[in-house]
Amino acid sequence: MTALLEIDGLTKAYPGVVANDTVSFAIQPGEVHALLGENGAGKSTLVKMIYGLVRPDSGRMGLNGADFTPENPSAARRAGVAMVFQHFSLFEALTVAENVALGMEDPPRMRDLAARIREVSETYGLPLDPARLVGDLSAGERQRVEIIRCLLQDPKLLIMDEPTSVLTPQEVEILFHTLRKLSAEGTAILYISHKLEEIRTLCDEATILRLGKVVGTCTPREVSAAEMAEMMVGRALTPPSRASAEPGPALLEVRNLSLPPRSAFGTPLRDIGFTVHAGEVLGIGGVAGNGQDELLAALSGEVPAPKGAIAFDGTDIGTVAPDARRAMGLLTAPEERLGHAAAPDMSLVENALLTARRRKTLDRKGFIDWGATRGYAEQVIAAFDVRTPGPEAPARALSGGNLQKFVMGREIDQGPRVLAVNQPTWGVDAAAAAAIRQAVLDLAAGGSAVIVISQDLEELLEISDRFAALNEGRLSPPRKAQGLTMQEIGLMLGGAHDMHDVEEGAHAEA
Amino acid sequence: MNIIDAALIATLIGASTPILLAAIGELVVEKSGVLNLGVEGMMIVGAIAGFIACVTTGSPALGFVMGAVGGAALSVIFAVLTQYFLSNQVATGLALTLFGLGISSLMGESYTGINPPITPKLFPEAMRDIPWAGPILFGHDLVVYLSVALVAAVAYTLARTRLGLIIRAVGESHDAAHALGYKVVRIRFLCILFGGACAGVGGAYLSLVRVPSWTEGMTAGAGWIALALVVFASWKPWRALLGAYLFGGIAALQLRLQAQEVAVPVALLDASPYLVTIIVLVIISSDRGRAALNAPAALGKVFHASS
Repeated sequence: MTALLEIDGLTKAYPGVVANDTVSFAIQPGEVHALLGENGAGKSTLVKMIYGLVRPDSGRMGLNGADFTPENPSAARRAGVAMVFQHFSLFEALTVAENVALGMEDPPRMRDLAARIREVSETYGLPLDPARLVGDLSAGERQRVEIIRCLLQDPKLLIMDEPTSVLTPQEVEILFHTLRKLSAEGTAILYISHKLEEIRTLCDEATILRLGKVVGTCTPREVSAAEMAEMMVGRALTPPSRASAEPGPALLEVRNLSLPPRSAFGTPLRDIGFTVHAGEVLGIGGVAGNGQDELLAALSGEVPAPKGAIAFDGTDIGTVAPDARRAMGLLTAPEERLGHAAAPDMSLVENALLTARRRKTLDRKGFIDWGATRGYAEQVIAAFDVRTPGPEAPARALSGGNLQKFVMGREIDQGPRVLAVNQPTWGVDAAAAAAIRQAVLDLAAGGSAVIVISQDLEELLEISDRFAALNEGRLSPPRKAQGLTMQEIGLMLGGAHDMHDVEEGAHAEA
Repeated sequence: MNIIDAALIATLIGASTPILLAAIGELVVEKSGVLNLGVEGMMIVGAIAGFIACVTTGSPALGFVMGAVGGAALSVIFAVLTQYFLSNQVATGLALTLFGLGISSLMGESYTGINPPITPKLFPEAMRDIPWAGPILFGHDLVVYLSVALVAAVAYTLARTRLGLIIRAVGESHDAAHALGYKVVRIRFLCILFGGACAGVGGAYLSLVRVPSWTEGMTAGAGWIALALVVFASWKPWRALLGAYLFGGIAALQLRLQAQEVAVPVALLDASPYLVTIIVLVIISSDRGRAALNAPAALGKVFHASS
């Protein structure tokens, strides 16, 4: 049997960095092949070359034995290569059918297309209404739009870039069910993910990249997740350690917090209530777009809350402005690093000033003490191992993981009494994520209360004392995190929307 | 004497046509995600280019063609600066308006006080004399009918065709469109050209039919009204037509009221077209959720293909 896709000595260099250095591997028809590596290992560049978005400097690709040099994505699509993107390539204000049509070479008429979408979505257990606006769909449903867009073109190779990072455990099950079915029909799948346990359950082969080079291959079912992680990082990782302690007095209390949505596609907050104690980490799980941004904005003070809804150390702070909340010791770090947590074109020194001015007294009588500000930025850079050319580098010049370390460090080093963070390790590689988690645990051990909002449930189970689920703007009652299983969490998330149909479909086939 | 009669309606259609043409062009530009504030400049360059061509050759048809070419030529400057040199769209658009006003008065220096050849009406005298229907339906020149046809064509294209879908997609999220392999810069460039040509024809209609002669700065803010119309019409072509006719209608009506010396301050009458148009369109587009959906999400954002 000849390989479906052969990659031989592929090299691509950008100014200052070799993204891919003589990368070679092969994928057989019907194989689920994992591509593993840390951020910046060159996975994205590699799949962009296969999909025709980036042209390689040297090396060759072959598809079904013939030379394969796609000029652009539509050439790749014609050759039978389809891709589901990490950041969804969807248009919110267009309907499902219109979104699908945009990704096809020559789409049929809208009415026929809608019928075909229904047909394919039923065959693969991915329920979807072609007439709905994508902006109204959940993350899982959006991904279905992308997958169906690919499936309508009968691809021979399906590339999936981090497909499960935004899904609930139940939605992951549905996705894996679909992928296995595709693979049984002979479609090869190139699967990119950080999540090693998923790769072990799904993939047949794995190629591991580090700094643009292939450093190993393995059969994921036969090795442990820790072994794969070691190959990725190049050294062993230590899981975060923690000292268990009795929680102290309640520091932040939220009672009956309801807020209207801020935009057409926003989520309202509905009657949210929880308490965090000193020395405790409260984990809030849930799929993005279920009110996480709104909740953090209410805590930070960007959106004023009704009287009596938020109490800090016994005082009502619902209408207190963000800077005053910082002065009291309530610090926050929003999800969007560039443009929300940090001003992209300002230097790290200036960005340090923006939130640390009050607590670190970096100004006097309206004049900025640049010496002290620079000192604080340097302290954060050193303490959190932020890789940057220097404190004067603009925030946008840092990689996502390094900027996230800086943003987290900037808040943690101010010694907050309560810290609320949204997606602290989103898009951050394993080593940096472990460092951030450790810093959060150390902060709690020092007597602060921490609220971690995240989509990464394994992360939350690792660091939280108590766990609550946020779904459609409602917060479940917090439960002790220790001993919670993924199934229980899935039910708390209420993400089992379509689970039933798929199981029925699976039985019907068998 | 009746305040509202067939002549008034016929006048309002003519008076609205320049604004309608400019607005429908800008609507397509904005749907593709580009905010071109240079409409006023492109209109007036179209006005003088069309005027010169028409006076020199004696052909009104050639005048309108050259109006379109003039407007489009000016928009090329904007397109190159914003799409290839990634300049700020607001600043570039404002500069384009100032540049257009300046260069048009330079070009038109020796053309003031001349009357251009008359643009013929499309239908024969007999049809135009039918009471009511005659002046309203058959009393215009070709450009008026073309402008309405253009609204229909743009509405159909945006809503029903693949080309329209691609334009809307590019205006909604240029990154996603790029990831799917669409040529964002090329599509936007062509939309900007289309908008420039429409504004140019609108300007030529002013100098060749409405006034008809050349005076410096004769567009007198029509381009800005067209810009406002696009927003208040929630980027919907037929609503832009409604808004343009409403504006033209009130403008024609208030002139008539002024002539009859109605006891309303003249300043208020002068302002009434602007006031009424904006109030009506604000009310129409006050359903915030829906209006926000129709607004192109990537409007005015600079696109840079980083991969």
